[in-house]
Amino acid sequence: MEQDKKPVKEFVVSAIENGTVIDHIPAQSVFQVIHILNLDKYGNQILFGTNLDSNKYGKKGIIKVTNKYFKPVEINKIALVAPTATLIIIKDFRVIEKKKVEIPDTIETFVQCVNPNCITNHEDVPTKFKVLDKVDSRLKCTYCEKITEKKNMTFR
Amino acid sequence: MKNRSLISIDDFTKEEYFSVLDAAEQFERKPVQNILDGKVVATLFFEPSTRTRLSFESAVNYLGGKVIGFSDASSSSVKKGESLKDTILTVCNYSDLIVLRHPREGSARYASEVGTVPIVNAGDGANQHPTQCLLDLYSIRKTQGKLDNLDIAFVGDLKYGRTVHSLVIAMTNFNCRFHLVSPPELKLPSSVKMHIKEKNLEYYQYTDLSEVIPMADIIYMTRIQKERFSDPIDYEKVKNAYILNRSLLGNTKPNMKILHPLPRVNEINEDVDDLPQAYYFQQALNGLYVRQAILKIILGL
Repeated sequence: MEQDKKPVKEFVVSAIENGTVIDHIPAQSVFQVIHILNLDKYGNQILFGTNLDSNKYGKKGIIKVTNKYFKPVEINKIALVAPTATLIIIKDFRVIEKKKVEIPDTIETFVQCVNPNCITNHEDVPTKFKVLDKVDSRLKCTYCEKITEKKNMTFR
Repeated sequence: MKNRSLISIDDFTKEEYFSVLDAAEQFERKPVQNILDGKVVATLFFEPSTRTRLSFESAVNYLGGKVIGFSDASSSSVKKGESLKDTILTVCNYSDLIVLRHPREGSARYASEVGTVPIVNAGDGANQHPTQCLLDLYSIRKTQGKLDNLDIAFVGDLKYGRTVHSLVIAMTNFNCRFHLVSPPELKLPSSVKMHIKEKNLEYYQYTDLSEVIPMADIIYMTRIQKERFSDPIDYEKVKNAYILNRSLLGNTKPNMKILHPLPRVNEINEDVDDLPQAYYFQQALNGLYVRQAILKIILGL
């Protein structure tokens, strides 16, 4: 790191050597992101902070996952709760790549249908939704055809 | 439509629906045909029903096929805790087509994904009941000679009535005017009204039934259920406001017909039954022809 000409940036959440940083997460969504990515069951070091000041977003959250690189299909799941998130790939303390997350056209398995009488809430059926609105995250259940909105979205 | 499941009214095109209505006309002329010889149709009714189940079974019988199934989940392995998936996979081994009614919404779509034979949805909870919608369309076309440019009044519980939602959505394919009569608590949901607005069609909302009777071509009656009201006093206030009787029907268009998905309780007085406008029992008979048409087309006969 001695060769690095840039001034040393002070991190509220410590830098990681290798892995993925998920930045610009809306502060209230940090724990949902952790849950959606199954990070609560992940064995390597994870650093996170929330309610941090951000010039762009007011309050934001950040998660740093060491030695983990997510597949697009995996990471795009979080777009539902954190559409503003930036994905930063870190190798040897350096930023290799920055990406935005994208809401896919269909959402499978990890969102729960809001309709208590939906078959997916009574039998062992993986959920499946068509994304009607990518901005407001409105999901139409393939089975019961009811719409699950962002405000009442829960995750499996 | 051959070998495809019929789950939701949105699954098929307008042209495909016309092909069902046309085939139903053929069956109305000749309901007894031996085209289902050697075929077995399973009717799995996890919830009670009179018309839907019996008309399907009657349709199979008039066409020379055989029916297996149950009319009550408690007489099946479901009582032992069998999953819907296992029941469907088992019955697929014994039949060429499954007619399914199930209390959970989405059950029919799920059955069509796991099953190996076509599924016909005969009602999945409050979600879809496409064969009812088709028989309603058939009844409207038959009595009016057309489906477009009609004044259709929907009366009663427009909020929870599944048949109303499907029929309103289906009728937005035709240039109709919608007259929506209900107590304020039971107005048509905005998600259904959205379909009318998208097509820029006219709709009017009323709380008084007598206002719409002279202008309607079709009056589609539904039952107002007491359990839909959180306050029993609200129910008492409206329960008699949406009842059709003979004295209300003095001034109707000559072509006007009254439809009702049935069962009725008291929302159409029995003194209406003998009037020429009463069409609901004929409508139930049309259900037989429409279901014969659906079986024929899906089985590719």
